[in-house]
Amino acid sequence: MTFLVFLPLGLISLLGLSLAAGADDAVMYGHGLLMAAFGFLGVFWVISRDGDIGGPAKAVPGGVNYNDAVIRAGLIASTFWGVVGFSVGLVIALQLAFPVLNLDLPWTSFGRLRPLHTSAVIFAFGGNVLMMTSFHVVQRTCQARLAGGWAPWFVFWGYQLFLLMAASGYVLGVTQSKEYAEPEWYADLWLTVVWVVYLLVFLGTLWRRKEPHIYVANWFYLAFIVTIAMLHIINNLAMPVTLTSTKSYVLFAGVQDALTQWWYGHNAVGFFLTAGFLGIMYYYVPKQAERPIYSYRLSIVHFWSLIFIYIWAGPHHLHYTALPDWAQTLGMTFSIMLWMPSWGGMINGLMTLSGAWDKLRTDPILRLLAISIAFYGMSTFEGPLMSIKAVNGLSHYTDWTIGHVHSGALGWVGMVSFGAIYFLAPRMFASEKLYSLRLVSAHFWLATVGIVLYASAMWVSGIMQGLMWRAYDSLGFLEYSFAETVEAMHPFYVIRALGGLLYVIGGFVMAWNVYQTAKGRIRDERPYESTPAAPQTAPAE
Amino acid sequence: MFDHSKIEKNSILMLIGILIVVSIGGLVEIAPLFYLESTIEKVKGVRPYTPLELAGRNIYIREGCYNCHSQMVRPFRDEVERYGHYSLAAESMYDHPFQWGSKRTGPDLARVGAKYSDEWHKTHLIDPRALVPESVMPGYPFLAETTLRYKDIEDHLIANKMVGVPYDDDMIAAARADLEAQVDPDSDGVEGLQARYPGAQARNFDAQPGLPTEMDALIAYLQVLGTMVDFKAYKAEDNYR
Repeated sequence: MTFLVFLPLGLISLLGLSLAAGADDAVMYGHGLLMAAFGFLGVFWVISRDGDIGGPAKAVPGGVNYNDAVIRAGLIASTFWGVVGFSVGLVIALQLAFPVLNLDLPWTSFGRLRPLHTSAVIFAFGGNVLMMTSFHVVQRTCQARLAGGWAPWFVFWGYQLFLLMAASGYVLGVTQSKEYAEPEWYADLWLTVVWVVYLLVFLGTLWRRKEPHIYVANWFYLAFIVTIAMLHIINNLAMPVTLTSTKSYVLFAGVQDALTQWWYGHNAVGFFLTAGFLGIMYYYVPKQAERPIYSYRLSIVHFWSLIFIYIWAGPHHLHYTALPDWAQTLGMTFSIMLWMPSWGGMINGLMTLSGAWDKLRTDPILRLLAISIAFYGMSTFEGPLMSIKAVNGLSHYTDWTIGHVHSGALGWVGMVSFGAIYFLAPRMFASEKLYSLRLVSAHFWLATVGIVLYASAMWVSGIMQGLMWRAYDSLGFLEYSFAETVEAMHPFYVIRALGGLLYVIGGFVMAWNVYQTAKGRIRDERPYESTPAAPQTAPAE
Repeated sequence: MFDHSKIEKNSILMLIGILIVVSIGGLVEIAPLFYLESTIEKVKGVRPYTPLELAGRNIYIREGCYNCHSQMVRPFRDEVERYGHYSLAAESMYDHPFQWGSKRTGPDLARVGAKYSDEWHKTHLIDPRALVPESVMPGYPFLAETTLRYKDIEDHLIANKMVGVPYDDDMIAAARADLEAQVDPDSDGVEGLQARYPGAQARNFDAQPGLPTEMDALIAYLQVLGTMVDFKAYKAEDNYR
């Protein structure tokens, strides 16, 4: 049965070879060969493992034979892409401070590397974390092995192929220019196939569950998977120039395309970076704190209100543009309303620590998870604020937006992912415990200080540039030329790069920790001990 | 009383519930833009890009210029004074995809056309800091050295036609000739080019002899940006909505 997987693998190889054979351009040639290689390697891999699906079928007495091999692969991929994505971010931050680093070459210029950074952190790091944790959570909460035999492996490797095609395409100049949806039509189609298989694996595992109820984390994962499918397909509708050309023209134009793009773009934030990662929060925070979710009722209200309201928020990316006013106002209204479900979720997450607050002193993993929720609360307050038209008139087009995105991305998405990675590493690699908790604490401080430097630098530069653009002198002329406002940004770009550097170092510390844990090593270090507060012996004066 | 546990116990019910809940916002906000006539103003002058401008636009997209340059002037006093008339929806009606952008690391380019000379653009693209010392823009010296690849330019026009840009058969048949004529102002083809694309500028944009380069195409695109609508004849009141 498992050898049926040869059929799709063979088809992919054939498709790849025919794309390469008829290729209109060098990139399509390379990507065709990449697809063919994917199919061939897949066939050999299946044969070499003798049809064994994801690790030997162990007889687990009284338990479930979980598919943990694909989660181990996800751990390695998440850590790898995280370090890559953060590092490219540091490079482009330095390019803005020191433009000579663009090297005047096509493949190293900011315009091509910036999509590489955003896709690497959102889709490569974030996507792998989401797939890995969803596969872990759905198995554990359903008490069932992942459905679909080879399908989870197809999802994992198929997704890496998509990432490779996207990343190499950007560097070689293949892009649709739609932010966070830059990959061209053929990579989009491939991702659609992978994503449908992902949905089926997830649903299939839910159907195997031994519990009558579906656990709340899985609601969020399910909403993330189906909504991303809807957004991805509609936003990427396009007409290829030829079937062997990398270039396509998207179906919609101008104002309609703009709103479709930001309906997608904001919900890439809402469903990829929020709903999916809330799934992580709803499983790993209670597990690590060893406390139940604060409120079941709040979970229900949080879930449905969040997914209903998020989808309306897109137009706040288009305030004061040629988008009709009614759409802008509607988008602003829903963006402000979004504050409530967001904070409902934050409260549900943070209050789960009730009765376990003392653990923050002795458990740096829980500290990472807790601060991620705090950052979530901060950026989901800042977001509605910036969606108010009067505020947006100042903040739009400036670094304030960049700072806002990063307090959410580095603070919420990054920190909650690190927490999940540290939770999973010893369990998946069957080590007694994590290599080093002290290094987790070091990572926590590097990342936190990095974010503070990053966000505060961008607040100052963003608000300052926005004010400089609209400043008038006493004679009624614009006070600053555009070039003068660029010059004024320089010190803040340097501070931002410094913050990014700290965050990157934190990423490498984590990679080292995960690597050592996978090797089964434990660092000789002072353990965290909970010490009760010293009794007050002296009477108060 | 509604019982949520029914949904929690049935994955398909939950899937359908999610699909309904996440569809409403998009349907209400996006769908009307396709049929409300007031969405796009009625203006004269907006035409499809010439083959050379389209090729230049594809270079603009390829190099990721949209990451740092918006093409959307907002109706604020300072923006109108700095960049020109605020942008109309009609001006990007043939833009597949739109290039409004989201960040101004560099200035807005919606009305950059005809503001600077071709020579300024060429020098600036090769070495931005030669003209603007404060600039943080990457240099693109390779554009002037790279011959434009346009053997499939007809296919590009056809693909645009299929997504709704009004290129007619005549334009598609003449695509390659029009592209070559636009960089060769003395050629016989210029008349046909300007008949098909009113107001098209035919110049040797990169001031280099020989085949059209990527620099030619990109400058041709930059020089047409924001110049199609005649704002002396445009009355905003006609489009109040």
